[in-house]
Amino acid sequence: MMKPEWPLFEIFIRGQHGMSHRHVGSLHAPDAEMAIKNARDVYTRRNEGVSIWVVETAQIVASSPSEKGPMYEPAESKAYRHPTFFDIPDDVGAM
Amino acid sequence: MDSDLFEFACRMGDNTLVLGHRVSEWCGLAPVLEEDIALANTALDLIGQTQMWLGLAAQAEGKDRSADDLAMLRDVWDFRSVLLVEQPNGDFGQTMMRQFLFDAWHVAQLDALKTSSHQQVSDIASKSVKEAMYHVDRSADTVIALGDGSEESHARMQAALTLLWPYAGEVFEDDTVDQAMADKGIAPLPSTLRPAFDARVRDVMAQSTLQIPDTEFAHKGGKTGARHSEHLGHMLTQMQWLQRAYPQAQW
Repeated sequence: MMKPEWPLFEIFIRGQHGMSHRHVGSLHAPDAEMAIKNARDVYTRRNEGVSIWVVETAQIVASSPSEKGPMYEPAESKAYRHPTFFDIPDDVGAM
Repeated sequence: MDSDLFEFACRMGDNTLVLGHRVSEWCGLAPVLEEDIALANTALDLIGQTQMWLGLAAQAEGKDRSADDLAMLRDVWDFRSVLLVEQPNGDFGQTMMRQFLFDAWHVAQLDALKTSSHQQVSDIASKSVKEAMYHVDRSADTVIALGDGSEESHARMQAALTLLWPYAGEVFEDDTVDQAMADKGIAPLPSTLRPAFDARVRDVMAQSTLQIPDTEFAHKGGKTGARHSEHLGHMLTQMQWLQRAYPQAQW
């Protein structure tokens, strides 16, 4: 008999001072609700977070590592795309 | 010495201590890693609450004993925990059923204690109730998932409920200590918490497709210390052996 496995979920947590949710890891759970509870127990025990997102791993569409060349290399030689060639006036402050 | 307050604080602290130890017995053994961590967290929450309640008990007693002394150097007959919490873990489903039956009472009790006339009692309850609300959320979800799950999980959960139900009623028995606490506005009379407990348990059992046994019978003797079941002594030999074998050991 096949042993049913719980699906895998990716866990994203927004920290005390962070503005965005960050990927912290993955875990198994029978459904999304339990995944949030499990994430609370596994990833926020030391007061790490104020908000949790979970998404089933199977739902994530990822870029393919074998296409690394065409995907990313063309950007390597285009330093002018970085906004480092502008003089920022002092009164603008931190950007 | 305030003997009624001592008794009351021991009851609260012994419940969380004994259940906390029982739940910690799952550490490294739970069916999946995520549940293992969740159970260990629950156990740690309960032990943390124990430190506060037994600290209050030690203070009410005024005999220079610490919370650790009360936890590690008393014997079975001095424990004031209800019989439910000392029951063995059984299978995972039985553990979760025991947890839910305890949590459903615990939340109602702590919620009422938030408005205690005794400042320390109210402080401990306010801190603990947030943990207990999470515990009952989690244990209820698991009881529902397993009760309304496969044929085998349903049968195991029904067996657990049938086994543990006669232990669920002891927390609602009023005695002279409870009356003294109620008269001073320190704690609610236990019997007054029953309707909230029954409503929650009925709702969860209906969702779980489980039958609550048709009996009001409740085993008694844990909360008064008059007659613990055989299980508590065995548990204490595990929990207390280090302090018993190496008195005053610290690390």
